[in-house]
Amino acid sequence: MTSLPQSTEKKLGLVIDLDTCVGCHACVISCKEWNTSNYGAPLSDMDAYGANPVGTFLNRVHTFEVKQDDKPAQVTHFPKSCLHCEDAPCVTVCPTGASYKRVEDGIVLVNENNCIGCGLCAWACPYGAREMDAAEGVMKKCTLCVDRIYNENIPQEDRVPSCVRTCPAGARHFGDFADPQSNVSILSAERAGMDMMPEQGTKPVNKYLPPRPKSDITSDITPALTAQSAETGGFLGWIDRTLEKL
Amino acid sequence: MHPAPSVIIFTALSGLGFGMMVFLGLGYLNVVVLTAFVFVAMAYALAGGGLLSSLFHLGHPERFLKALTQWRSSWLSREGILSILTMGIFGIYAILWIFMDMRIELLGYIAALLSIWTIFSTSMIYAQMKSVPRWNSAMTPILFMLYAFAGGALLTTQVNIAGWMMAALAVAQIVAWLLGDGAFAKSGSDMGTATGLGGLGKVRLLEKPHSGTNYLMKEMVYVIGRKHALKLRIIALSTGMVIPAVLLLALPPGHMIGLLAILSHMLGLFTARWLFFAEAEHVVGLYYGQR
Repeated sequence: MTSLPQSTEKKLGLVIDLDTCVGCHACVISCKEWNTSNYGAPLSDMDAYGANPVGTFLNRVHTFEVKQDDKPAQVTHFPKSCLHCEDAPCVTVCPTGASYKRVEDGIVLVNENNCIGCGLCAWACPYGAREMDAAEGVMKKCTLCVDRIYNENIPQEDRVPSCVRTCPAGARHFGDFADPQSNVSILSAERAGMDMMPEQGTKPVNKYLPPRPKSDITSDITPALTAQSAETGGFLGWIDRTLEKL
Repeated sequence: MHPAPSVIIFTALSGLGFGMMVFLGLGYLNVVVLTAFVFVAMAYALAGGGLLSSLFHLGHPERFLKALTQWRSSWLSREGILSILTMGIFGIYAILWIFMDMRIELLGYIAALLSIWTIFSTSMIYAQMKSVPRWNSAMTPILFMLYAFAGGALLTTQVNIAGWMMAALAVAQIVAWLLGDGAFAKSGSDMGTATGLGGLGKVRLLEKPHSGTNYLMKEMVYVIGRKHALKLRIIALSTGMVIPAVLLLALPPGHMIGLLAILSHMLGLFTARWLFFAEAEHVVGLYYGQR
């Protein structure tokens, strides 16, 4: 049944640090690489080497600029994938039961054998986390690398989602939000983790850490950057003084 | 939203078909058996043809039977089950009417009620979408029902009812457009809430995540149609409702007038339904700096 579970034992999800993300898109690529060759149908590309390439991705990085009138613009890279919502609208609209939220860990998955490719779940998702694969005609979405995180055939340190494992900036963290002592719960509490579009009432599990205010940093270091010493000593100072006299 | 022809045809035609079943089920149209057969066949062609068209929209149409399993949570599933049930019950009613000349009142009422429920379910597929503020409104089911009733009355030659339904539909359609125009702003979603960065200042997209397009943008960020929205609204309103209402209520009834009213209404219906999709903005557009 595509009814949502009342509660889940674990709430596995990601913390994404908007302050740390450098926008390198490594998570996008590693996600595509892992997920095109593992769980479910491959993530196809259409016209990959032609004029209008289009492909299926489960994770994409947008880049935004925030500007206040009297302050310099601030750039934020914004990785976006499934938020594994507690009140996932994509699950309840599914007519076949292909979309479901797991009771044991809260991961939202698609059983591709039951998917008729109606696309209604992608419409229901406010975040654009689901993409229909053009080659397979079934809905694809982030699985939280369900085939990695429980995989006993790979080393312990690899048992995290591919995006988390690959992030060179350490901007992505994986853990259980149901446990208040977990890494993700603590990070989210300390850094005021945010819900995306809370007004949509989806109760996302994934949390985003806001960028640290840049104005604080500038006010501290600006004097150091702008101040120039009037006198230069040593050899260069001698050249300076000599040239001045000429 | 992308105005896919299959979905426009599906909602428009099945609405008309089930609208006809409402009036035939309620006992309207006292005609000889052969004529009754023509009307019943027409209702089936419209409802069935519409449903068949919706299958073309699917990535895996061969698995459509699986869509009948999730009636407890999914409006799409309910719509599928109800449409099959309605066509079945109405079929028994129609067979008894045409072949045995027995028009069983109770059975007809049940078929009419099921038809209304089916139309309502179709509308709820769209009305339930919180992510599409324009659709997420009581006006969506009201519109779908009125379109079905007005068209159903017209196609079952109920001149007076159809005429007044057209007038009611015109009012409802205008209200839906006006409310719909403010729905996105009212939803509270903007680039600030979408990114969580709203508190830091004015947010704009600096760089898209990809140089080309993608499924999301093709399916949900359809901006072409809105350019001519006002002209298309005028066309939909005048041909879909005003002209049929005037033809039906002001002129003496006749076959030519009826045919004109039907053709005009169909043109308006398809224009309005195209706009229903093309004008609807999905909140995911905010991540692309578009609506």
